[in-house]
Amino acid sequence: MQTISTDVLVIGGGATGLGCVRDLAMRGMRAVLVEKGDLTHGTTGRYHGLLHSGGRYVTKDPQSATECAIENAILRRIMPSSIEDTSGFFVVTPWDDPDYGDVFEANCHKTGVPVQEISVDEMLRREPALNPQISRVFEVHDGSADSFLAAHTNARSAREHGAQVLTYHSVVGLIREGDAVVGATVEDLRSGEQKRIDCAFVLNAAGAWAGKIAAMAGVKVTVVPGKGTMVAMNHRMVNTVINRCKLPADGDIIVPIHTVAVIGTTDIHVPDPDVYGIEPEEVQLMLDEGEKLVPGFKQHRALRAWAGVRPLYKDQDVVNDRDISRTYKLLDHAQRDGVDGIISMVGGKWTTYRLMAKDAVDEIARRMGNTQPCRTADEVMPAPDFDHHSGNHAGEGAPSLYWLGKHLAAVEQEHAYGDLICECELVTRARMQAAIDSGAKNLDDVRRDVRMGMGPCQGGWCIYRTTAMLYEQRTAQPGADAIQSSTFTIQHANAALLHFLQERWKGLTPVLWGDQLRQARLDELIYVNVMGAHRLRSHAEQGGGLVTDHPEVATEYVKA
Amino acid sequence: MDHIELSLNQSLDHCIKCNVCMSACPVAAVTDMFPGPKSVGPQAQRFRQPGQPVPDDSVDYCSGCRVCNEVCPTGVKIAELNARARAQIVAERGAPLRNKIIGRAGVVGRLSSGPHAPLVNLGLSIKPVRWAIEQVMQIHRAAPLPAASSYTFRSWFKKHQPTGTARKQVVYFHGCSTQYYEPHVGKAAIAVLERNGFEVIIPKQGCCGLPLLSNGDFPAAKGRHMYNVEHLLPYVRRGIPVVGTSTSCTLTLKEEAPELLGLHSQDVKDVAAGTYDIFEFLRNLAEDGELDTNFRPIKRDLPYHPPCQLRAHRIGRPVLDVLGLVPGLHLAESHADCCGIAGTYGLKKEKYQIGMDVGAKLFAFVKGADSDLALCDSETCRWQISHGTGIVTKHPIEILAEAYGEG
Repeated sequence: MQTISTDVLVIGGGATGLGCVRDLAMRGMRAVLVEKGDLTHGTTGRYHGLLHSGGRYVTKDPQSATECAIENAILRRIMPSSIEDTSGFFVVTPWDDPDYGDVFEANCHKTGVPVQEISVDEMLRREPALNPQISRVFEVHDGSADSFLAAHTNARSAREHGAQVLTYHSVVGLIREGDAVVGATVEDLRSGEQKRIDCAFVLNAAGAWAGKIAAMAGVKVTVVPGKGTMVAMNHRMVNTVINRCKLPADGDIIVPIHTVAVIGTTDIHVPDPDVYGIEPEEVQLMLDEGEKLVPGFKQHRALRAWAGVRPLYKDQDVVNDRDISRTYKLLDHAQRDGVDGIISMVGGKWTTYRLMAKDAVDEIARRMGNTQPCRTADEVMPAPDFDHHSGNHAGEGAPSLYWLGKHLAAVEQEHAYGDLICECELVTRARMQAAIDSGAKNLDDVRRDVRMGMGPCQGGWCIYRTTAMLYEQRTAQPGADAIQSSTFTIQHANAALLHFLQERWKGLTPVLWGDQLRQARLDELIYVNVMGAHRLRSHAEQGGGLVTDHPEVATEYVKA
Repeated sequence: MDHIELSLNQSLDHCIKCNVCMSACPVAAVTDMFPGPKSVGPQAQRFRQPGQPVPDDSVDYCSGCRVCNEVCPTGVKIAELNARARAQIVAERGAPLRNKIIGRAGVVGRLSSGPHAPLVNLGLSIKPVRWAIEQVMQIHRAAPLPAASSYTFRSWFKKHQPTGTARKQVVYFHGCSTQYYEPHVGKAAIAVLERNGFEVIIPKQGCCGLPLLSNGDFPAAKGRHMYNVEHLLPYVRRGIPVVGTSTSCTLTLKEEAPELLGLHSQDVKDVAAGTYDIFEFLRNLAEDGELDTNFRPIKRDLPYHPPCQLRAHRIGRPVLDVLGLVPGLHLAESHADCCGIAGTYGLKKEKYQIGMDVGAKLFAFVKGADSDLALCDSETCRWQISHGTGIVTKHPIEILAEAYGEG
């Protein structure tokens, strides 16, 4: 068995884990991160993409509010290509308590969340689709964030500082010697090969799965997986983040992110973060609530629905999951449970991931005698290769936040219309190639990198093209990696195609009406009637360096 | 945002990426400069945001022929999305001088028509002059510019004595081309309408604004449209129909201006509902048994091109229906998408060749028809067809007037 020796093993390739591994590496500690799927496979890749101003938490969770406000400013600075400066409104609709506006504003001031009331006329001038019956509007510093891109940005920075990031490596067990955790056994899901990782510390950043990891060390951590369902609409009917000005509830945020507008969320306790479904009532609720903010919302085209599971840490008895603090908690298991060598970082939110990482790494550094200061708030991170083109109207090389027209401007400049593999999201052959080359283990990985298949046709035209590119790349350049070897065959490519079709289909079933039903019918004609994809199963085979159908990474959608 | 506005913006949601428009687009078929209706329409629209720099220029190569709308199986208003995107570019960066001038067909017509017209026409027939215009104005040296008329249609109408006794009234919208370049088309229309017992009223009117719309100057186009609505409305309110021989002017009054400019007042709607293409109007008369069908036989086989702007009316082929009543007259429909001129598109230096290539199929049809005359409802298309084939091209109303013995 291969043995890797390191200082710190970080478990979980979401925002928190990646923030931790980057921070560790920047302070000169040896660190390895393992993630059972792709980066952001868990909750990070399934959130609505809101860079919180903090406004949502000013009343019920003031500490979270302040943390969000501070981190918001930092993240804009350190990863400009992952964040769009949309700004945000908190709006009082006829369905909301009119008195909450004053409470909200006062609490923003108390918690340090920048806020400014604007007139309804000004709101309608900027966002004409909003409900004209809205009575008050408060502008805050919301943004929208590409959590996939941000993850890769952190991973790249971590690697450049010497860390190792291993995706599709699942933790089989933690190795305990007496009262201390001294390492872990992990399995490479591509080959089934097991590896041993020896370390001084295990940093459990597994989010909603943190309880499962902690149990391997024999300690009990209660993480309540809180399922949040979201619906992506085909285009941005608003370009500003819209929040209902009321205490946090379901379906009260619309986030314009990239080409879509996402409405979310619900908050439903689920027993297992790997097993959940999307109920029709949840989708209905999103549409009903959306209608209150944007009249006619229901007539817009819904692209797909999906859910993420919040990693809410429950250390006391609360009746309602919405009442669990959104702030995070660092659990020192030596002190708490008498088990040394492992700490868990639980709870929190994407916007505060860097702060969570800093606190966790501060503790490890203290224990390991490392005196290097945290520098993650200062260094601007480079964007990954598949996001190379700047399309930056502010001038070449000038740091700028992401803007919506970026990819279209690049396609124009490069005259690349004839070279689009994913037409809906404007992914050129070159960017697709870069995403495949960067070590994709299936087509869903490519999707996360460049948004392939995330547009209106949901892969109708790009899945087969990308599969062909994957096949060509893996057979033309074998051995770039020992596992993605010369044995790559068309059967492996077929498995990748089927896997991704199935992944897309999961998110389509909850929104199959109107335009999206029509689209699904066309896609069916393409894949079933023209290509005979329903007969492909007998010509498909797992492997070839890909992970396409492994129980560890399968998200099981339960039928309602 | 009202319902109509919402439906236009939202129509991009209906795109299922099926590529039917991509394979039907006559412009994309002949040039790589235009990525195709789907690419610059519903696809690109998801990446455009008000208040941000316009990310793409390719949409300017859309000719606005509306073939995409015609073929789209899901009802995406592609041509409108494109026209609005172009207007966004113009609003942000301004329009070149050339587009400002050719967008103002009325002004150009007023300056060139009149007693000095022969001089203007002579000047424009001199090759070095056209070369100089191309250098300065970017109007292609070979592009078909119409000959100015030595008198205007309205000056003729003032002196015109109506024939017969009128039982009903109709408003005639002549448009700029009849007024300044082809008064004979207007004369034929008057003859046909009077023959059918109409008193023809010609109220004050201006350019319909279509050249401004297709060159992206929406604010100016809005002024033109509201001027026409103001002057046509009193007649429309009295139940007097408005008819036009320029099928693109009538389409603009009916649909293009209200949709593109987001004008949805009751006045605008009433004028739109009261406006007819002249052959649409005549066909209605025929259906009601009110059309005078006492035609002289015309034994001719003529090629006929129903222009894009006529097809966008979605009224079938009224010219074929009405001229089919003339004994001996047979029209062969072109079944070609577009002549390539698309109003002012094919005049532009950088787009002239695209226009000619788009029109090639139509030109071949007309030349192959073995006729010294072709018919088409739209003026710029007639000029382009004549330019591309050397064959005289007339408005169908002229043949109908001839059948009445009025030609």
